[in-house]
Amino acid sequence: MEENRKIYSVAELNRTARYTLENGIGEVWVEGEISRLTRQSSGHWYFTLKDEAAAVSCAMFKQNNAAVVFEPKDGLKVRVFGQASLYEPRGSYQLIIRKMEEAGKGSLQEQFEKLKAKLAAEGLFDAERKKPLPLLPQKIGVVTSPTGAAIRDIINVLTRRFPNLGILLAPVTVQGEGAAEKIAAAIEYLNTRDDIDLMIVGRGGGSIEDLWAFNEEVLARAIAASRIPVISAVGHEIDFTISDFVADVRAPTPSAAAELAVPVKAEMETQIARLAARLGGSLQNQVHILRERIPGFRQTMNHALMNDLRQRQQKVDETSRTLATCLKNAVTVQKQRLPGLQQTMIHRLESAVTEKRQSVRRLEVQLRALSPLAVLDRGYSLTQTADGEVVRDADRLKKGDMLKTRFAKGTVISEVKKKEA
Amino acid sequence: MAEKTVDFEKSLERLEALVEEMESGDLSLEQMIKHFEEGSKLVTLCSGKLNEVEQKIEKLVKKGGALTAEPFKPEE
Repeated sequence: MEENRKIYSVAELNRTARYTLENGIGEVWVEGEISRLTRQSSGHWYFTLKDEAAAVSCAMFKQNNAAVVFEPKDGLKVRVFGQASLYEPRGSYQLIIRKMEEAGKGSLQEQFEKLKAKLAAEGLFDAERKKPLPLLPQKIGVVTSPTGAAIRDIINVLTRRFPNLGILLAPVTVQGEGAAEKIAAAIEYLNTRDDIDLMIVGRGGGSIEDLWAFNEEVLARAIAASRIPVISAVGHEIDFTISDFVADVRAPTPSAAAELAVPVKAEMETQIARLAARLGGSLQNQVHILRERIPGFRQTMNHALMNDLRQRQQKVDETSRTLATCLKNAVTVQKQRLPGLQQTMIHRLESAVTEKRQSVRRLEVQLRALSPLAVLDRGYSLTQTADGEVVRDADRLKKGDMLKTRFAKGTVISEVKKKEA
Repeated sequence: MAEKTVDFEKSLERLEALVEEMESGDLSLEQMIKHFEEGSKLVTLCSGKLNEVEQKIEKLVKKGGALTAEPFKPEE
């Protein structure tokens, strides 16, 4: 028996036990409560996972615990995924934890779907809520890790497209404990500034745990509350996070976010130059068209003017002709009428004369009948004083007065010799 | 800042509208000249806006409890 004995060294035993555990149990999900959690300065976590009946030592190394999306503490019920193993130096059996979820919260996928449904019901993803991106942002806030490919890609693309652009990086940790709160705080801070026109919030690719901060409610609400438009840029094209749904624009990658954020300056310059050219061109064109029409106008105008002139000329001619005719006619008429008038006048004069003559004759007869001279014919005579007064009363005469006595024929002058009583 | 970017967008839209109206051929020469004058001003304004900002890449840092910006260059 002695020579058939297989003697293990302790190290061999432990190594064999480790292999047995690792191969026999392998990777498993275990649910239990955290106790005696210690976080080493190295970044590794050590704790005991227990339930009512039993306990097991656990180790979660830095590269794995960075992806834990909540803060583990004693008493917290968790669901862990890890490999059963053995710490050979002490022979202690332990679980090497790769993933940790909060028990009762469901898987990350379930949490994701639950939050998505809740925020969608609140209307946080509605298209009407989306703010338009400014065409020409002057300063862009970038909320991401200061290290890594994402910020480098974003800055490269932004400055390539638009060389003179303001970029303000709000450096944050984008995964692990408290990342969502820090990103949310950075978004809130940028909203207090008045020089940021647009924000890019994101990170490079990773596992669902790495990207988990972008699926947290606190960050979703900070994005929804942002006054400044937000472009989300989380992971790769296939990764969709809650942040993507809430953001005003979702970019598939950080580089794509930068492409969406600013126009290519050279293209803008070309566009403006083209508009300027069209502006000048259309005016020139119009002037050209009008200039071409000027000879036509001139002709039309000349034509119209000439026509007008001709018509006026004609009218003048016509008028002057009419006037001349009128004058001539008038003169002719006058001339024609003149002999007639003369005749008439002579005629009238003659008849007037005849008439006068007749009336004179008639008057003569009448006069003769009434005249004292007619009485003289009958033997009477007429005595007048020297001054022609007819003498009716001898008393008015005195001796020596001269008397003029008219007879039917002839007159004598006599002197009063004596008055008879 | 925000109003400035809006100014640029509105100016560019207005410029496009002016050019389209002018090209429609429905304007009188007088209107064309007015449009041209307004458009020329917008061209100057828009080109100016493109060159208004100087490049500045900064990072926020906490100094004595307050956030300040200092130049930033991403590591290669």
